[in-house]
Amino acid sequence: MNPVGLDIRNVALSFGDTPVLRDIELSVVPGEFFALLGPSGSGKSTLLRLIAGFNRHQRGEVLIGGRDVTGIPPWERNVGMVFQNYALWPHMTVAQNVAFGLEERRLAGADIRNKVAAVLELVGLADYATRRPGQLSGGQQQRVAIARTLAIEPQVLLLDEPLSNLDARLRVQTRKELVRLQRRLGITTIFVTHDQEEALTTCHRVAVMDQGVIQQVGAPMELFDHPVNRFVAQFVGTANLFSGTVRGEGGALRFASPQLGDIVLPAGLAAREGTGDLTFRPHAVRIGADDAPGLRLEGRVESAEFLGEFLRYELRVGESVIVADVPHARGRAPLELGSSVPLSVPTSEIRWVGSEP
Amino acid sequence: MSRGNSAIAVVALAIAAFLVVFLIVPIGTVIHTAFADGQGGYTFAHFVAFNEISLMRESFANSLFVAGMTVALASLIAVPLAYLTMRFEFRGALLIQTLGVLPLVMPAFVGAAAMQLLFGRSGSVNLLLNDTFGITLPLMSGLNGVVFVETLHYFPFILLNLSAALANIDSSMEEAAQNLGAHGWRLFRKVVFPLALPGYLAGASLVFIKVFDDLGTPLVLNVTNMLAPQAYLRVTSIGLEDPIGYVVCVILVLFSVAAMAGAWWFVRRRDYALVSRGGTRAPVRRLTAWQAALAYGWIGGVLLLVLSPHLGLLLMSLFKVWSFSVLPEHFTFDHYFTVFDDSARMIWNTFLYCGLAALVDVALGTAIAYIVLRTTLPGRQLLDHFVTVALAMPGLVLGIGYLRTFRGVELPGGEALTASWVIFVLAYAIRRLPYALRSCMAALTQVHPALEEAAQNLGAGRWRTVRRVVIPLMTGGILAGFVTSFITAAAEISETMLLTSRESLAPMSYGIYLYFQSIAGRGPGAALGVIAVVLVALGTYLSHRLVAANAQHRQGARE
Ligand SMILES: Nc1ncnc2c1ncn2[C@@H]1O[C@H](COP(=O)(O)OP(=O)(O)O)[C@@H](O)[C@H]1O
Ligand SMILES: [Mg+2]
Repeated sequence: MNPVGLDIRNVALSFGDTPVLRDIELSVVPGEFFALLGPSGSGKSTLLRLIAGFNRHQRGEVLIGGRDVTGIPPWERNVGMVFQNYALWPHMTVAQNVAFGLEERRLAGADIRNKVAAVLELVGLADYATRRPGQLSGGQQQRVAIARTLAIEPQVLLLDEPLSNLDARLRVQTRKELVRLQRRLGITTIFVTHDQEEALTTCHRVAVMDQGVIQQVGAPMELFDHPVNRFVAQFVGTANLFSGTVRGEGGALRFASPQLGDIVLPAGLAAREGTGDLTFRPHAVRIGADDAPGLRLEGRVESAEFLGEFLRYELRVGESVIVADVPHARGRAPLELGSSVPLSVPTSEIRWVGSEP
Repeated sequence: MSRGNSAIAVVALAIAAFLVVFLIVPIGTVIHTAFADGQGGYTFAHFVAFNEISLMRESFANSLFVAGMTVALASLIAVPLAYLTMRFEFRGALLIQTLGVLPLVMPAFVGAAAMQLLFGRSGSVNLLLNDTFGITLPLMSGLNGVVFVETLHYFPFILLNLSAALANIDSSMEEAAQNLGAHGWRLFRKVVFPLALPGYLAGASLVFIKVFDDLGTPLVLNVTNMLAPQAYLRVTSIGLEDPIGYVVCVILVLFSVAAMAGAWWFVRRRDYALVSRGGTRAPVRRLTAWQAALAYGWIGGVLLLVLSPHLGLLLMSLFKVWSFSVLPEHFTFDHYFTVFDDSARMIWNTFLYCGLAALVDVALGTAIAYIVLRTTLPGRQLLDHFVTVALAMPGLVLGIGYLRTFRGVELPGGEALTASWVIFVLAYAIRRLPYALRSCMAALTQVHPALEEAAQNLGAGRWRTVRRVVIPLMTGGILAGFVTSFITAAAEISETMLLTSRESLAPMSYGIYLYFQSIAGRGPGAALGVIAVVLVALGTYLSHRLVAANAQHRQGARE
């Protein structure tokens, strides 16, 4: 089957008086592995269930392969959904679970058997056809849930936090298998998660959601390097953030904030006059004397956490604390607590996120 | 500490002894008698003899037919009712769930008399049918009547169990099926019903057992060719020596145990724990106009049927004559006056027996719950298992067991135990103990052990902890257990019929049965029935209030 695209236009949804989705605009291209990333309660599942037909929007339209699906019941959508708890039926064997959707499509018995065998083979569970879900491990259950959904050859595959019920080690491995599977089948896939690492490592593009609003859509690196607002900067990766005002003075730009005081911004920084946030990543902070153009500060070491690959320092600068990640080299001793050190952040690593006027 | 433990062991042993003497031994006696050859050996001869009597073979087949048909028809009423009210936006869902419980507050046979007048050969419905269409329906003749009465009486068991099971299914279980293309009837048949099967089976097996063992309904409807009436008639007419009665008892016990064990085994076999993992309830769907019209019409009809015995009873109690007429004639309160004159003694007996039995039940229930849940006494689970045996024991069997086991046993005053009121208290207490125990166990489970440890940490010994902390916190559950034991004992009829040796000992349930034996007694019998229903309803309401007040009290204590 040729992969299809998914378009969501201007969609709004509320439960009673509580708005849960607002002005959702999304365009997922055919064959794309697309992530919905956001904190719990941000409306990701609601949006996914809307696409599957379990929720009804009050405004806007949802198009699958160019066709408006509003009003089409879930059982006629051919959109495959993998539930967070897998929702495997305990009264059926693995094979019966997988065959269910094919039976509902009134396929011939032989076809059903062939397809079930093929899809169980695909997820590596060919030997488990006669088991019951209760006799499988969490990872195996998850693969049955995926196989059950893939069996109907859905136009779009929806995954609601598919890794959240697995333990940490299995999660990484399953994540990779999921990517391989998606690339191989080329099926348009929407992956819901609250874990930025999962979203960044697996998906072509990510939509970051908060409070029912899509904050930014972009490729993983784009989100990380060019967050459009404070929320995205903080939610995707770790960020040092300072709210304040930029004003021009004698050809240079100055930044005034309660935490850092009044400082001169390095020349060449892309900032406009007005209020907003100055942000840079912990790994961009350099400790020690440095001549490269950039922001220069003085900090006092408040804490040091050794995380193996790097050391995470908390450095007090004025009223605020800056987080700095320093790669660890063998044998190098950490900075002493309480000592004062010069800090610098290269201009290219600093981003000015202006507030909306 | 060790002194406390040995005291607990003594209490546990005393309870075990009580259960052995008044539960295990009587049942053992019944089974023993069915197999005893009279010379100290064992034989199957009585079973062969049973099989050679054509009336017995017929009775056996009839009992199976009636129980099976009742389960089928009760399912027909209960399954759609449960599904509609649990899964659809439905006005009056609460009303139906509440009204569905109403039939349980009186013995099945009380409704039977009223249903004769409404649906019998010359009852209101057939008179109307005959006048307008020239036909009559044999709704109440022979086995049909038993099936009809029992169906309307016992379908709530399936309704309640199935509703609870439906409420427990995680919504994703059904949504996954919809996502894969199922809806409507196929969704119900392939996913919803199989997932709710444990609840359905629990209800259905209970209905089967209750109907299979029921004595009052067939007798009031004059149907004697069933097993329970045969056992009763053999024992009361031929005598306690007749082995055939005991063979029937063994068959009743076997079927009870098999039905319960079967349902339990079936549910055990599959891993239903998966069903309710996530914990979101299935959303209620909206009915289309057509579906709504159909559903409301159908439910209206069912409600009318379900309430007809109650309405009929009320009419019977308030009118002078009602025969060969669609509606009764001549309003009167006379029947109630008659009852108050004649039967004050019976009402008093019911309060005495059921009150004492319920007291015994909550005392034993509290003690057993504590021993099982809070001590490490070896073999303590045995107490729980004994009580479960009582759940599967037909009242008829226990009654016959008592008569046989305790004949010749005399109370301190010289009165025979089986001819005194004490035997009622014992029999009711034993058979209602499972209800009280369940209630007490639930209550004690909710008391966090840390509350007891805190008391002990502050210097209270084991007994003082139980008295000052555990029992006060269990009050709600204990009261609920008391009321449940009381009202279900008040509605008991099988044991009661066997144990009532003279009229002055009879409780209300037997009184109603006696009244119904004659045409003239129907009015007063109905009046007594109405009084019983009102008392039971009041008791139920009171226990709900008490439990709610207690819960509120504890809520307050937590803040
Ligand atoms: N059926 C519902 N009725 C009312 N509120 C709901 C319903 N489903 C979700 N919500 C609310 O909508 C918000 C978004 O929920 P959800 O989409 O599940 O978030 P996420 O999946 O991002 O954690 C939450 O505040 C939640 O309480
Ligand atoms: Mg969610």
